[in-house]
Amino acid sequence: MLEIKDLRARIEDQEILKGVNLTVKPGEVHAIMGPNGSGKSTLASVLAGREEYEVTGGEVWYDGKNLLDMEPDERAREGVFLAFQYPVELPGVSMSNFLKQAVNAVREHRGEAPLSAVEFLKLMKEKAALVHLDPSLKRRAVNEGFSGGEKKRNEIFQMAMLEPKLAILDETDSGLDIDALRIVADGVNQMRSPERAFLVITHYQRLLDYIVPDIVHVLVDGRIVKSGGKDLALKLEDLGYDWVKEQADAETLA
Amino acid sequence: MQTTTERIERPEDRFLAAFEVHAGHALNGNGPRMQALRREALTHFARLGFPERKAEAWKYTNIGRKLAHPYALGAPAPALTRDDLAPYAIPGLDAARAALVNGRFEPGLSSLDGLPEGVVVTGLAEAAGAHPELFERHFAHYADYRGEVFTALNTAFTRDGLFVYVPANTVVERPIHALSLLDTDADLFLQPRLLVVVERGAQVRLIESRHARTGTKTFTNGVTEIFVGPNAHVDLFTLQDEGDAAAQVASRYAYQEADSYLATSTITLSGDLVRNTQNYLPDAENCETHLRGLFLGRGTMHVDNHTLVDHAKPHCYSNELFKGILADRATGVFNGKVFVRPDAQQTNAYQENKTVLLSEAARMYAKPELEIYADDVKCSHGATTGRLDAEAMFYLRTRGLTDGQARRMLLLAFARDVIDEIAVEPLRAHLDRLIERRLP
Ligand SMILES: Nc1ncnc2c1ncn2[C@@H]1O[C@H](COP(=O)(O)OP(=O)(O)OP(=O)(O)O)[C@@H](O)[C@H]1O
Ligand SMILES: [Mg+2]
Repeated sequence: MLEIKDLRARIEDQEILKGVNLTVKPGEVHAIMGPNGSGKSTLASVLAGREEYEVTGGEVWYDGKNLLDMEPDERAREGVFLAFQYPVELPGVSMSNFLKQAVNAVREHRGEAPLSAVEFLKLMKEKAALVHLDPSLKRRAVNEGFSGGEKKRNEIFQMAMLEPKLAILDETDSGLDIDALRIVADGVNQMRSPERAFLVITHYQRLLDYIVPDIVHVLVDGRIVKSGGKDLALKLEDLGYDWVKEQADAETLA
Repeated sequence: MQTTTERIERPEDRFLAAFEVHAGHALNGNGPRMQALRREALTHFARLGFPERKAEAWKYTNIGRKLAHPYALGAPAPALTRDDLAPYAIPGLDAARAALVNGRFEPGLSSLDGLPEGVVVTGLAEAAGAHPELFERHFAHYADYRGEVFTALNTAFTRDGLFVYVPANTVVERPIHALSLLDTDADLFLQPRLLVVVERGAQVRLIESRHARTGTKTFTNGVTEIFVGPNAHVDLFTLQDEGDAAAQVASRYAYQEADSYLATSTITLSGDLVRNTQNYLPDAENCETHLRGLFLGRGTMHVDNHTLVDHAKPHCYSNELFKGILADRATGVFNGKVFVRPDAQQTNAYQENKTVLLSEAARMYAKPELEIYADDVKCSHGATTGRLDAEAMFYLRTRGLTDGQARRMLLLAFARDVIDEIAVEPLRAHLDRLIERRLP
């Protein structure tokens, strides 16, 4: 479904991704861990199409298409979803108007008819319940005045509305208390399916108790330096990243 | 050295020469006071002259270029039917309608039945004859025809316009819609006048919408006077949409007595050059004043909003919000002056101007001017000009919205707080649709 080959990207004059390789198959959940500033959000942003980043090398294939050739909205309509590490507040844009346009843009692309007002409200109600969001939020402006936890749940809610094929969750667990974490993880787990893949970026092994990954990758200084099973996350939490870095450095030397 | 003795005709001269011709058929009931007033206004006009480029109040607005055009000063009235006005109706709005064509009141195109007892909505010329006492008590009492050249010119030449009178303690439930239409084959200079008198404890909502059926060059030099009596409540919504060839200077003077409320919204959707000069004088205690504005500029459009809130008495509140969206080579000007005079203790005065620029060539000149001479007051102002938030654009696009859809959504959201304050629901919905369609 997703094939990243030797991806390099920079912002301003700083090279941040220095040759990322990653293959994700439908139905899989991949976790990406790594120290602050190692390039996790950069990878997510490049996949979603953020223009500030300049791709300087490599390829990204998504469902047989060249992802890097597509505009951010084309990627979204093709089924790529990014849950933001810092969701954006949109004063004056109501949740319902925002989601209606988003859902119908995606539906149109799939050759489906736009939802009627009634169908849309029903869908909103159903998906909001998935992440325990108060249905009255549909009248509120997107993320404006939302608590940190509400913003994160709102990202998962949007994901549920848009039903992507590839969901990238950038630290959706950071700052959540255990109840909110369970709610978010439940929401994600209910969406797991053989056709859908997840890229879960996190600093905390705790999330991976709830969203059990197939593979854990460690991103250090713009490269994936280690991949392994879910036990790798436990080890990282216990020992930190230094041992992975040392091991990686030793391998490069050898 | 060579000197030119040839006299260069100034635009002023054409008006001065035309005065004698036009003065004869000015307002009805042209009593001696009105005659004298006109002559006095003309004298002030001659003395003041049109603004020079270096005049501070006109620094960014080159009005001279527009005034140099040889407009006709009068034109035959076109014969219009109600059907001709239908495209300018506001869908779903239940309102009394006063129609003006080329600045003249058209009773045959108006629908003024069902107004409460004592309420007068009629042409200004008609009102001058039919209600001389009322008319003379208010006409030219608030407008600065001695110090402001366009107001002086309008006062010297006023022939018609609209008169709205709401007697004490009368609540006009249905809004009054003043629909002004330009329809001419000539390049025309018009000078309509609106006089609104709302007495003690009365309440009214006025909608003023201006449109054009012509593509000829027009210049509208309009003056509006509003008297808001004690404890009276007035809402005024103005929609300026006269098309790409229409220049206008719209001067508004509002006078408020104690405990009164006045809210105005000025929505500018089109025009070649639009200058709104708005002066508010809450001249008694406990007045509340709201000034709102929204302007959309594209092409080479120029929109200039000059406002003055002159707080003369204590315990008053004013709140001003002007928002603009400028594309292409459009320019905007906002100059918001707030005076708080020494007597005006416990004044709360707020002002905000925000503009989004959608192109490199679009320009905004914003200048807030607060002059505070009282010490126990709360005042604030802010002016921001910038582009659409890139992060917000990206967020929307990752949800599947195209660049165009995302832009529209954010621009509509930007305009939201001005639109949402429009308390007449069908008008609010109409503006919502109109603005969405007309976003640059
Ligand atoms: N807009 C930007 N301008 C300049 N440098 C940037 C920008 N965005 C990111 N960087 C830099 O790129 C590097 C990688 O940042 P990135 O946000 O991808 O890290 P991260 O792994 O997501 O970190 P965290 O765990 O803190 O979220 C950092 O050194 C950061 O300072
Ligand atoms: Mg990050």
